[in-house]
Amino acid sequence: MENVKIIVGLGSCGIAAGAGKVYDEIARIKEADNLTFDLAKTSCIGMCFREPLVEIIDETGSYLYGEVDVKRIDEIIEKHIVNFSPIKEYIVKSDQFDTPYKDYFDGQVKITLRNCGNIDPEHITEYENKSGYQAIKKITSEKVPPEDVIKSVMDSGIRGRGGAGFSTGMKWNFARNSKSDEKYIVCNADEGDPGAFMDRSVLEGDPHSVLEGMIICAYAIGANHGYIYCRAEYPLAVKRLNLAINQARERKYLGTNLFGIESFDFDIIVKEGAGAFVCGEETALMASIEGQRGMPRKRPPFPAVQGLWKKPTNINNVETFANIPWIILNGPAAYSQYGKEKNRGTKVFALTGKIKNGGLVEVPMGITIKDIIYKLGGGIIDDKKFKAVQLGGPSGGCIPEYLSDTPIDYESVTATGAIMGSGGMVVMDETTCMVDVARFFLDFTQKESCGKCTFCRIGTKRMLEILTRITQGEGREEDIPALEELATRIKDATLCGLGNSAPNPVLTTLKYFRNEYEAHIRDKKCPSLYCKKLLTYEVIPDKCTGCVVCKRGCPVGAIDGDKKVVHFIHQELCTKCGDCYSKCKFDAIKIY
Amino acid sequence: MFRFSFFINSIKMNMRVSRIKLSSGISEPGLDVDLLLIDPVIERYKGKQGNLIPLLQGAQNIYGYIPKSVFDKISSETGLKKNDLYGVATFYAQFRLKPVGKVVVRVCHGTACHVQNATKITEDIQTFLNVKDGETTEDRLFTLESVACLGCCSLAPCMMIGDETFGKLNGKKAVEVVKNIKRKETLDNKPNQSKPELWKT
Repeated sequence: MENVKIIVGLGSCGIAAGAGKVYDEIARIKEADNLTFDLAKTSCIGMCFREPLVEIIDETGSYLYGEVDVKRIDEIIEKHIVNFSPIKEYIVKSDQFDTPYKDYFDGQVKITLRNCGNIDPEHITEYENKSGYQAIKKITSEKVPPEDVIKSVMDSGIRGRGGAGFSTGMKWNFARNSKSDEKYIVCNADEGDPGAFMDRSVLEGDPHSVLEGMIICAYAIGANHGYIYCRAEYPLAVKRLNLAINQARERKYLGTNLFGIESFDFDIIVKEGAGAFVCGEETALMASIEGQRGMPRKRPPFPAVQGLWKKPTNINNVETFANIPWIILNGPAAYSQYGKEKNRGTKVFALTGKIKNGGLVEVPMGITIKDIIYKLGGGIIDDKKFKAVQLGGPSGGCIPEYLSDTPIDYESVTATGAIMGSGGMVVMDETTCMVDVARFFLDFTQKESCGKCTFCRIGTKRMLEILTRITQGEGREEDIPALEELATRIKDATLCGLGNSAPNPVLTTLKYFRNEYEAHIRDKKCPSLYCKKLLTYEVIPDKCTGCVVCKRGCPVGAIDGDKKVVHFIHQELCTKCGDCYSKCKFDAIKIY
Repeated sequence: MFRFSFFINSIKMNMRVSRIKLSSGISEPGLDVDLLLIDPVIERYKGKQGNLIPLLQGAQNIYGYIPKSVFDKISSETGLKKNDLYGVATFYAQFRLKPVGKVVVRVCHGTACHVQNATKITEDIQTFLNVKDGETTEDRLFTLESVACLGCCSLAPCMMIGDETFGKLNGKKAVEVVKNIKRKETLDNKPNQSKPELWKT
């Protein structure tokens, strides 16, 4: 048992699923039974749909167990560790045999997430053992000129992974060419898109890769100060970042005269956000670091010329920085072999919604939506009909099922009306109402609008009112043209990305699901049977046995009927709570 | 809604503060606020660039919200304008100007949770606790909040109470969880402002 190692995945989602208790239980058993295996921690491997995950590595190979709870871990230790017989049905990944999740792993190329789930993020040596900090050491020991570092980044073809997709190498070049005694680097970790959590996963699982990326950037553009602007909603990420920064300082990877180069001074501070979606926009983010309200300003001047504290500033996303050390170490060609033309490398997506394998996947650029959903994602929950996928969060749009052959690259996605965004992919099935989805996103952007531009502040509010009205069955014929007009005006007359893209969910749903809007407005019906006020509950006489379960359960007494007599729902009293539908054992209630 | 109020002048902001005072007997318990507690935070950030948000975050960490008297103290000791402090505090969703209940129930309303019907969870808890979203119960035991995304999308729909996340919920299960906590807390019967801690790794 000396060479046996048990590793527990302790990312935020693992902890939420109970991994902390599992870890404690393993520690307890280890001590109680005097077992000699090593117990270690790691972070999220991306397989959120089977959390908590526990990996056992022994002489024969590695075995990843899924959905391990306190009860199951007893059984696993008993059978696997004590009796040397792995329990195949609980194993989701192994190097010894194939599991049902083969496609999920084989379809991925892990560059950004190369260490996530493989190392203990709280120990710098584990990162160093995986060629960590070798990229910056290589650059500094070989005295590679900063221009050549920027050229490597440019040649790799990497584009900003935060969403806009601007060439990272070009951005660095602008910042390098700005003359100033002080320059700043900011890592944008304000991952505000609901449904996106890849940045959190990188920060929790491999914080040093982000730090190293920033140090390389500092070397390339000549910056002395770095900030990581992280959401306050990610307490574990903040904690691990601060830990990583302290370790890097001890190793002299951060500080003054770094790597034997005189006047190469660089240090990083973590700034916690205070809960504002708009702070993901770069000028708003800088305002927030400066301690002001996070409101975007006009560009130019671009941050590369005049950014934080009016000094040249380079801002990149977490995912972008995490890729940099790998690119430097493996060469730009190794990165650009994935993808094609203007879209190179890999991208991490957060798969959520009505999908079987919800979690993180890292795929080469250019893969189709269909492949992600069916090959990696395993298809739709309960094998329902796939309707659409929302790409790019509240600023993105819905791509319908018939466009699922669209390749994932910046240009193709933009052509559909959606945006690549940070990589949130919310899958929707036939039971999702597209008008309600549009209303949901408008509700979000409306609340998150900073209020600076009139069209964003008031326009989104008016759009939300119209959409709410439609979902409540009070839609009017003139609502669709009104939505379209407002959408165009908001796009034209706002300053920042939030306003420009706020109407996207409405425009794309109008483009691809106009019939649903029309059904809501004209027929006062919700085709997906989601919008409560538009539903009608009725008893199917042939199926009703008169068991009185629904009658007794109805909170408003809207159901009439005696024992063994077909029941009747009084429509004028019905509040459409759905209680009768879920209680009926004979499927005798229909909704339409 | 406060996000739109960037142009609102200080008069309106004072109105907001007075509204807090008037809303119920529990808010702004001036006597409970120990102003000495904030001294180390002021000491640490005084005179530093970009200190406004960390000062407010520090204050909220101590008191659970930012009492009016603390605004006054920060302003007079650091020279930051009260106007700017209020402006920032009302802009960001994180800052509270009212005390919170002992137990904060955070229902996730991210996209993944929304398509899995998180609305019903908030509605059912609202009915059970008899409060609106964002409000605190009269006994100061529960505060009900909606949050944008807890990042546990694969457990959707979910909510977070203290350090624990509850996933794969529906309205009934969620109310059951809250009911159990209420039963336990009522037995202890000591509502105060304890701060939940994150599970430590």
